[in-house]
Amino acid sequence: MDAPTLLHAVQGYMYPNEVDLQWSILIVLYPFITGLVAGAFILASLERVFNVAAVKPTYRLALLTALAFLLVAPLPLQLHLGHPERSIEMYLTPHTSSAMAMFGFVYLWYLMAVLVLEIWLDYRKDIVLAARESVGWRRTLYRLLALGSDNISPGALAIDDKVGRFVTIIGIPSAFLLHGYVGFIFGSVKANPWWSTPLMPVVFLFSAIVSGIALVMLMYMAIRFLKGRAIDMPCVDTIARYFFYAFLIDFSLEMLDLIHRIYEADESFQSLDFMVHTRLYLSQIVVQIGLGTLVPLAMLALTQLVRLSEAARKTFYAIAGTLTLVGIFAMRWNVVIGGQLFSKSFLGYTSYKMAFATREGLLPAIVLLLLPFGILAVLLFLLPPWPDEEETATSEAA
Amino acid sequence: MRRLLRDGGHLLRVAGLFAAGIAAFVVLRGILVPSDFGRFGHYRAGALADNAKRPVRFAGKTACLDCHGEVADAQKGSRHANVRCEACHGPLAKHADDPGIAPAKLSAAHLCLTCHRATVGRPAKFPQVDPEEHAGGVECTSCHRPHHPEQEGKS
Amino acid sequence: MTLDRRAFFGTAGKYLIVTAATAKVIETFLAGATPEPAAYAAADHWWAMILDIEKCIGCGNCVRACKAENDVPLEAEYFRTWVERYHVRGDDLEHPDVDSPNGGYDGFPDKYSAGDGARTFFVPKLCNHCAHSPCVQVCPVGATFVSPDGVVLVDKSYCLGCRYCVQACPYGCRFIDPRTHTVDKCNLCYHRITKGLLPACVENCPTGSRMIGDLRNPKDPIHAFLREHKVQVLKPQMATGSKAFYNGLDGSVR
Repeated sequence: MDAPTLLHAVQGYMYPNEVDLQWSILIVLYPFITGLVAGAFILASLERVFNVAAVKPTYRLALLTALAFLLVAPLPLQLHLGHPERSIEMYLTPHTSSAMAMFGFVYLWYLMAVLVLEIWLDYRKDIVLAARESVGWRRTLYRLLALGSDNISPGALAIDDKVGRFVTIIGIPSAFLLHGYVGFIFGSVKANPWWSTPLMPVVFLFSAIVSGIALVMLMYMAIRFLKGRAIDMPCVDTIARYFFYAFLIDFSLEMLDLIHRIYEADESFQSLDFMVHTRLYLSQIVVQIGLGTLVPLAMLALTQLVRLSEAARKTFYAIAGTLTLVGIFAMRWNVVIGGQLFSKSFLGYTSYKMAFATREGLLPAIVLLLLPFGILAVLLFLLPPWPDEEETATSEAA
Repeated sequence: MRRLLRDGGHLLRVAGLFAAGIAAFVVLRGILVPSDFGRFGHYRAGALADNAKRPVRFAGKTACLDCHGEVADAQKGSRHANVRCEACHGPLAKHADDPGIAPAKLSAAHLCLTCHRATVGRPAKFPQVDPEEHAGGVECTSCHRPHHPEQEGKS
Repeated sequence: MTLDRRAFFGTAGKYLIVTAATAKVIETFLAGATPEPAAYAAADHWWAMILDIEKCIGCGNCVRACKAENDVPLEAEYFRTWVERYHVRGDDLEHPDVDSPNGGYDGFPDKYSAGDGARTFFVPKLCNHCAHSPCVQVCPVGATFVSPDGVVLVDKSYCLGCRYCVQACPYGCRFIDPRTHTVDKCNLCYHRITKGLLPACVENCPTGSRMIGDLRNPKDPIHAFLREHKVQVLKPQMATGSKAFYNGLDGSVR
């Protein structure tokens, strides 16, 4: 990286080429973002495929959130590459033995054949109506989005619904693939014992589901609050329940990995154990496990076991959701950065010095994290998720 | 079927878009993939030549002996016979191509001790000395011929 | 004898021409005509390296020669090859003291005293040119590969700089060249071995600790060496098909 030499920060022995970290905070961001996408989509599919009617109010919001984050997902990768202009080579000559090579195709498939298609099919009626009712550039935009079609007869809408359901069904394994392959990218590296485990794709996936559900739940509560509209509590309570179950599974998987490591105590164990207790203590023990997992789990368990008032539940959900998102980000950090802090000789450690305003520094990372919210705002403006309410609101105002 | 066509026309437009996209990709791929890609394996065959194209900096002992054959004679019987010229004399490909270019001057004190200064870790059988104890700071070449150090006298 | 001038010049001329022609022919045949360099057929070779720990003296010649030959950045974070010094106390194979100051580029400063009861030795490291290379396996575009002659090479004009291969190498032999933003590593001095020269590190090793061998050449001395010495590879449990064979490798070496 472009930081000055890290040699003074080395403790013990590291192979000379290992001292500088290869993958920065941008590579931490990427699995976090695609995890949110996969998780939000799974939440949306709860209603569409598994007919959990209670979560319907968040269906469109979940899809738009997924889209906003998916559009940003390739950006940290492009910023990180030594030669981003050559990234098209992944489409031209993908090396089929490399998990990373499938990125381009899985991304494009998920973006176009799943997410965009599903959003389009669900919104098509509203887009056509908007095209009919607007003027000027908006009319052109909506007509373009409708692909010039004007047919919203019951027959057409029935076909849309059927096809949309089918797309969602395909979308679930696609979402698993979109984020699972990232877990495999790490889990299949035999050279790195912190990463190499068959559990990695599964852990990534379940933590993704947890983070995606938390995000949509928070977005729903925040947007409704900002618009001055009522929060559908049965909806949020149901989401919180799935959030809790997914979190239990995720926590169990991570504990299984930890216990297994401690028990087997293979050649890497002493080195990794030392790393967790020193350089990774704050991010792993305090943030990821403590604040990011145990506290939200306890809070959610409480809401499931004790009957709390609506206000109390909203507070608990908001706090638990926020802590969870921080915790899942910390988990990605601990995997990516943690995997590079120790030497493959198991004899030493280095440090990650994150710059601020460089190509791979903290500033671009913050911008990339905020960008999806900006995109989501535009999407929510163009494609309102609760159009029936907008009508009621305008007619009430009139 | 007619109902599908009547009410599913928008889906046909989507399908058309996808088909166009895939076609464009196929065409783009045909243009952009290097023509020699995949000839020997999943890589650009020209990369072999690219790796072989770098300039040579060390000429190699065989090249040195073309002109300086007497050194091989001097080295006969010495353990330095297995030491190649540039290990001490530095990169000499430029000099081998154009003898007018003079090779770098050597500092015997620095060079000899690079290998022969006694250091923990060097194999015990390897000849190594503490320069103060061994020669009281006198230059190595005062007593040892670099090309045949077992023999006495200046080179 | 009477010889008129014309006859003299005629005969002398013919003699001259014949002599010159004969001389040229003799010169060509006896001295050996400048031969066309035999085209290098990659498939005829399968390169491997031998590192003889019992001979390495940690002089650092190889590190300096490699950086000079291959234009490797001189900073301490970039090495195509480097030398490590191991100091193993008693029976503790799991916790050796290891150092590699500037990769061994300036040799090794005095650190240990003789007779401290430990075993100290030097270990040269480089790309192992694995036959089942994990770095090649993970490259998403085919910018690194095993050549037909067994050398793991990098295509610098194709590499994206994603660094996945750097993560996948168990031996830490890859780095990102800060000038080209592509990956770089030991390529066995491919530009030299394809011309019949030795890699720069082998050429400059004064003790013969480094040797290159062609496993496809039945007359290559590497076959005799492998028959007569017990050799090991680094991290054999990774099953990388490493072709860097170490003679006298200690159990503490990582």
